[in-house]
Amino acid sequence: MNLFLNIVFIIAIVGMAIAMGIASYRIIRGPTLHDKIVALDAFGVMLMATIGIFSVLLDTSYLIVVIMLIGMLGAVGTIAMAKFLEKGWVIDIDRDSDE
Amino acid sequence: MTFIHFAIILPLIAAFLIAIIHKYVKGIHLGWFVLPIPFIIVSYLFTLIPTIRNGDTLLLNLNFMPRIGMNYDVYIDGLGLLFAILISGIGTLVVLYSIGYLSQKEKLLNFYIYLLLFMTAMLGVVLLDNVLMLYLFWELTSISSFLLIAFWTTKERSTYGAQKSMLITMFGGFMMLGGFLLLSNLTGTFSIREMISASDQVTGIGAGTLAVVLVLLGAFTKSAQFPFYVWLPDAMEAPTPVSAYLHSATMVKAGLYLVARFTPVFMLSTTWVWTILIVGLITLCWASFNAFIKDDLKAVLAFSTVSQLGLIMSLLGISGLAVVRGANEQIFTVAVVAAVFHIINHATFKGALFMVTGIIDHQTGTRSIKKLGGLMTIMPITFTMALVTSLSMAGIPPFNGFLSKEMFLEAMFEISNANFSALASVGFLFPLLAIVGSIFTFLYSAKIVMQIFLGEETKETPKEPKEASALLLISPAILSLLVVVFGLFPNLLTKSIIDPAAMSIINAVEPLNTKISHWHGFNSPALWATIVIIVVGAALYYFRDTWIFIYKYIKDKFTINYLYDQGLHYITIYSNRFTRMLMTGFLRTYMVYIFGFLVILGFVTMLRTGLNLDFSNLAPIGIQDMILVGVILIALGIIMITKSRMVSIIMLGAVGFSMALFFVFFRAPDLALTQLAIETVTTTLFLVCFYHLPKQSKLPEKRKFKLTNFIVAVGVGAVSILIGLSAFSNRLFESISQYHIDHVYDLAAGKNMVNVILVDFRGYDTVFETLVFGIAGIGIYVLMRLTINNRKDDKNEERAEESRL
Repeated sequence: MNLFLNIVFIIAIVGMAIAMGIASYRIIRGPTLHDKIVALDAFGVMLMATIGIFSVLLDTSYLIVVIMLIGMLGAVGTIAMAKFLEKGWVIDIDRDSDE
Repeated sequence: MTFIHFAIILPLIAAFLIAIIHKYVKGIHLGWFVLPIPFIIVSYLFTLIPTIRNGDTLLLNLNFMPRIGMNYDVYIDGLGLLFAILISGIGTLVVLYSIGYLSQKEKLLNFYIYLLLFMTAMLGVVLLDNVLMLYLFWELTSISSFLLIAFWTTKERSTYGAQKSMLITMFGGFMMLGGFLLLSNLTGTFSIREMISASDQVTGIGAGTLAVVLVLLGAFTKSAQFPFYVWLPDAMEAPTPVSAYLHSATMVKAGLYLVARFTPVFMLSTTWVWTILIVGLITLCWASFNAFIKDDLKAVLAFSTVSQLGLIMSLLGISGLAVVRGANEQIFTVAVVAAVFHIINHATFKGALFMVTGIIDHQTGTRSIKKLGGLMTIMPITFTMALVTSLSMAGIPPFNGFLSKEMFLEAMFEISNANFSALASVGFLFPLLAIVGSIFTFLYSAKIVMQIFLGEETKETPKEPKEASALLLISPAILSLLVVVFGLFPNLLTKSIIDPAAMSIINAVEPLNTKISHWHGFNSPALWATIVIIVVGAALYYFRDTWIFIYKYIKDKFTINYLYDQGLHYITIYSNRFTRMLMTGFLRTYMVYIFGFLVILGFVTMLRTGLNLDFSNLAPIGIQDMILVGVILIALGIIMITKSRMVSIIMLGAVGFSMALFFVFFRAPDLALTQLAIETVTTTLFLVCFYHLPKQSKLPEKRKFKLTNFIVAVGVGAVSILIGLSAFSNRLFESISQYHIDHVYDLAAGKNMVNVILVDFRGYDTVFETLVFGIAGIGIYVLMRLTINNRKDDKNEERAEESRL
């Protein structure tokens, strides 16, 4: 790996870090819950990108699974929270139940 | 296994047979079946007398637990044989007496089983050579005595007395076990005979003195010495045969046996002899002083027993003292012989007196001295026996009590003349105390005879008094006869019993050739002392109304009973209070205890062993690690200071995900995967809990800031960090992971080392972790289902109630 690529990756990571920092600000400060959820989703995507860059830097392919898992968890999590905001619960309780 | 091994446990075997007999044979008093057992034993023991008389001893080994040195070794010498004959002989008479005393309506099976258990225990105590076995049987005497005292379990005084005697004698027993273990450490053996031959290793060192104190505690509690005598008067709630047997003739003498048996071991220790001598004399005076004022006949006899035991104890003390101080052999022998002789005499006259008391109680329905009087003409045989035995107890010639009392006084005078450097100025106190004790002995003996049998007849007794049946009279009659016979012909006993017993107490080899004579000549101070005792005693008895007021000054608050009761009371109260103070019921308090202890333990260990930190082996720290650590620290800080539960949960999630990132950076993809998944699930579960929390506590609550919590938390953190660092700095061995790296493919056919370790190299852990998950899942399912079912049940019940309405 040459010096050029190294510099590019480091710049990319720093950029990601700044972006994640801004996203974290939105997660903490977001005026509404919806803002926070969207920021969290973006944070997750950036995390995937960061891990991707790291796996290149560490010269390993094993971390790809982690990236995919974060992707899945992020998607499922965002959907679940969206459903919670919409309906008030996440998992539908048995329809015949009277509760 | 010889007959003597068998004889010790014969009563125990008989106890089982008695239960069977009781089931099938009705109508005949159960005592008749018990009677042959002690009789067989005593007959057998009499056949051993010729052997012992020749100065031989018997040692019969039988292995029981040889690995720990606990063997069933029977050792018969003069002392053991004397006690064994007393136990089985008086046992025979007591069983005979109890046949007349206890009616068929009582729980006879229980009574005789406890009594036989006690007989086994006592025989074991006096005949066994092994201290561990001795302790075993010693505790058995405590337990059987406890059962016998509480024979009438419905009476509150019985259970109180039983509990008291149990607590005190058990305390002494445990102390004694400690003394035995110390002794066996010092001498390297559990056998008493071998301890005697190694006795020079015991004396002169601190552990030896401690052993003396511990063994003496055992002996003093059992033998009701000052200040542990308090249980004996309360043990008088037992049936009278029990009082006669256990609490006058045998069990209370177990302490005397112990002292006599261990005299050769401790003889050179000054602590031993002075403690025994002084405690014995104090007990003698204090108990005889107290006996005079009691109204209950059995209480008088109980205090009398205590004082007589004190007398024997002080004589045993002199036996040891003579050796310590190198005084002449004569006192030494006199004291030992007097002790042995008085053991026999006391067993005879006190056993008889208790039986007489039982007869009076049985025939009149009361034991109160105030209610009784003028029984002489109504119960002439009982009166004769009471007179003989009381005079013997008071030390009047020609009965046997006179002889041993005479020897006792003689020994006391000798001791005061012997001029020991330590007690040259107070030497006169010993005969003085002895004479004072004897005067009070005379007083209460006179009181028994004068106030019950003489004087005017009383009509207040619950039953119409009449002479007892022959069955009741025969046992005390035999004992009274012995009192007279031993009094007139004391030399019947000297060669056969007393000399061998005295020889085994002082560990002598040459025969003593004791001669007990009635007449010592006018030069003997003991004779004048006896005359003084009789004259002063008679005068004091005659003018008793003028000085009886001194008893009023002894308030209840100054007695040891009061101390015992208050002690028990306050121990209960304060232990309750202590428990309540510690066990607050708040989990946070217990957490403070646990973690506080951990912090103290950690710091103490570090201070004692010293920290050895070594940072030469550290890896370089990258910028990404620092950022992540910063994120985790900020998240943790927010968790601690935030007022909202929601923020805490989210921040906990942030910590978890940062950990996952750490795993990524440290190249642990499997861990990172698992951590991510688990963290998501956990955070979700937290949110579920959050969602279900009740409304009122939803309000953000201000955390109570507690300095203790803060200190403990900081301490735990510091300890963990320091332990981690020092563990990292002190690696003693190479890691074994190189083996896994080398063989992960050729042995397990896998390339993912983590997974190979999980399912192949160390698959067992994985199996049980899976099990843990299964149990957790089932547990959650059960918890939820049970709640639901309960709710349904509640609803059903409500519905049922509604329909009923």
